[in-house]
Amino acid sequence: MKEPEPRLGKTQQYYRENYLRNLPNAFCAGCGNGIILNGFVRAVDELISAKEIQHQDILGVSGIGCSAWIPSPHFQGDTLHTTHGRAIAFATGAKVMNPKLRVVVFTGDGDGAAIGGNHLIHAARRNIPMTVILVNNLNYGMTGGQSAPTTPLHVQTSTYPQHPEAPFDLTELVSGAGASYVARWTTFYVKKIIATIKEALLHPGFAFIEIISQCPTYAARFLTEFQSTLSSDEREQFKRHPGAWMLKALKGKKTGEGLGQPRYEIALKDKMIELGVFKRERRPTLIEHLQALWG
Amino acid sequence: MKAGLHFVDGGTACAEGAIFAGCQFFAGYPITPATSIVEWMAERLPQVKGYYLQLEDEIASMAAIIGASWAGGKAMTATSGPGFSLMQENLGYAYLTETPVVLVDAQRSGPSTGQATMPGQQDIMQARFGTHGDITPIAFSPWSVQEMFDFTIQAFNYAERFRTPTLVMTDGEVSYMREPLTIPKRSEVSIINRERLTKKHSNPEEIFLRYEMPKFGDGHKLLVTGSAHRPTGVRDYTPRFHRATIEWLFEKNRQAGLALREEGLDLETAHLESAKTVVLSFGASARPAYQAVQTAQKQGHDVGFIRLKTLWPLPESHLLELTKSVQRIFVVEMNMGMMVNEIARVACHAEVHCVPKVAGEVHHSNEILDQIMESGAA
Repeated sequence: MKEPEPRLGKTQQYYRENYLRNLPNAFCAGCGNGIILNGFVRAVDELISAKEIQHQDILGVSGIGCSAWIPSPHFQGDTLHTTHGRAIAFATGAKVMNPKLRVVVFTGDGDGAAIGGNHLIHAARRNIPMTVILVNNLNYGMTGGQSAPTTPLHVQTSTYPQHPEAPFDLTELVSGAGASYVARWTTFYVKKIIATIKEALLHPGFAFIEIISQCPTYAARFLTEFQSTLSSDEREQFKRHPGAWMLKALKGKKTGEGLGQPRYEIALKDKMIELGVFKRERRPTLIEHLQALWG
Repeated sequence: MKAGLHFVDGGTACAEGAIFAGCQFFAGYPITPATSIVEWMAERLPQVKGYYLQLEDEIASMAAIIGASWAGGKAMTATSGPGFSLMQENLGYAYLTETPVVLVDAQRSGPSTGQATMPGQQDIMQARFGTHGDITPIAFSPWSVQEMFDFTIQAFNYAERFRTPTLVMTDGEVSYMREPLTIPKRSEVSIINRERLTKKHSNPEEIFLRYEMPKFGDGHKLLVTGSAHRPTGVRDYTPRFHRATIEWLFEKNRQAGLALREEGLDLETAHLESAKTVVLSFGASARPAYQAVQTAQKQGHDVGFIRLKTLWPLPESHLLELTKSVQRIFVVEMNMGMMVNEIARVACHAEVHCVPKVAGEVHHSNEILDQIMESGAA
C-alpha cells in the first residue's frame, strides 16, 4: 500500500528537499527522535546559511538502537550506521583521517552509556573534536523496554520487576572524563537544542549533549507515578497520547543561569535533574596533538 | 627505510610494507607478538604525515580503521589472538560494507590467554569463519621476514582492488624473527590506489556492489550501514537485496582467488614432479616442513612440498590439479588439525595425515620426517 502524499507547508518542503530523506520514518507516534532530527537539521541549516560550515563536510555516525535511525537513513548527507556501541570509535577514525569533517554521533543511553561507555569516556578524555548527541530515553526502546544504565531505580522494566540499580548522571560522567563542552536538555526545549547543537558543531573539542527524550511505547509504561494522580479522563488521554503527556513531564522549572544559558530542573521519579550548558572550555584537541608529531 | 638490504624482524618488515603501500592510518591496542608492528607504525606514520592511534581496546581499533577508510585513507590494524577475537564483530561490518582495510594477526598459542606471546597457528579457522554470517576472507600467510613486507603490500592491493578487508595471518615466530629484508625501489612494485568516485562513473548513487570506493566529504551523501541494504545504502531487509549483496561478496572472493593464482600468490611447490608423498604447510611451520622435505630428498626419498601463501580463499582447484597422482599428504600445522580437514576435503583421493603441534614452538624437522617414515610412506 502506498503512503498518502503528505500536504506540506513551505518550511517542511524546504527541509525535506535539503536535509531529509527516506520519509516517513519508522519512529513510534510521539517519539522524541523526530524532535531531535528536526532540531539537528535546523541547527545545521542555520550554520550552512551563515557559511559557518559546509553541507558536504557533515558526517552523521550512529550505532544500534532507535537513536541510530535519526541520521541513518533520514539525514541527507554522509552517514555511517555502525555496530552496537561503537559509533564513537568509528567516528574517531573518520575524524582523525579527515579533520575537515564535522562529525556528529547520534547514540542512545544503551548504545552510548552501556555497551559503548568505554568509547564515550575515552573520546571525552582525548578531546577529539566531534559532537555526541546522546538521546536518553531511559530504557532500551528498540528491543522492547529493557533496563538501561539510565533507568531510574525501582521502576518496572521488561527485564526487572524493580530495576535494582542507580542510574548514571551522564553529563557528570562525561564532564569528569574531560569533555570540553557539556550540556543537557530535554525534548521539550527545542530552541535550546538548536542553539546547543550549533554551538557544539563549532566547538573545537569534544562536545557532549544529552537529550532526555520520551519513549511513549516503553518508558511510558514504567514512568507511571504521575498516572496515579490523573483523573480517569486524563488517564484515557494519557493512554492515547503517552508521548504528549511525557513531553509535559519533561518541561522543567527555571532555577537560574549558567554559562550564558538559563538552567532548569525536572523531576525524574524522585530525583531532580538539572538542565543547561554545564561546561564550555578550550583545551588542545587530539588532532592538534597528533599533527604536532609531524614536526 | 630506503630501498636495499636491511636486517629486521618480521613485525618491522610488515610495518614498512604498509608504509610502502601507502598506509596513512593505524589504530591498535598493545598485544604481543604484534608489538613490533605497532611500535614501528607509531614511529613511521608521523614521518609520512599519517596518523597512528592507540585506542582503548581492539574493538575500537577495528572500528576506527573502518571509519578512516571511509574518510579516504588506507588503514590497518595489527593484533594477536585475544584481540583478533574482539575485532570479529567489526570485521564482519567491514565485509558487509565492502570496506578496504588490512588486519594483521600475529597468532599466538591459545585458546584464551594461552601461552601468551608464543607462536601458534590456531586462528586460521577464526579467519575463515570467525565473525557471524557468511563471510569471504582473503588471508595471506607469510613464512619469512621478506614475505611480511611483500604480503602486507599485497594485502593492501587486494583490499583496494576487491573493496574488502584482507588479513595477514602471520604468527609470533615470523613476526619476531630477524632476517635479511630487501626493500625494492618504488618502480618495482605496483601499488593499487583508490580511484575517486565521480559523476563519470555509472550509477554514482549506487555505493555498494561495485569496485570503486567512495569517500566521506565528497558530497555523495553516502548511506553506509551494517544492516542489509540496497546498492544505494538504504536499509532494506527484503530477500532479493540481501541475497544480491551476499552473492556479490562471494563473487568478488572467487575473482580474488583467480587473481591470486594468476599472480603466483596462492601457493608454491618443490620436488612435486613424481612425488607420491607430499608435505603441505604454511607460515612458520612451513620452514621445518621444507627442511624435512629436503632431508628426505637427500636420503633418496621422493617427497614433494606444497606451501600455501594464501590460506583463504583456499586454492582448491590448483591443489586438486597438483595432487591428482599424490597418494599421501602430510599437513604440518601449529594446531591440533585445522587445515588438514580442508586438505582432506579437497584431495579426497589421497590419505591425508595431520602433523600437529601446540607447544607454542615450531616443529623440529625431525619430528616431521619421523612421522613420514613411521607411516611407511617414504
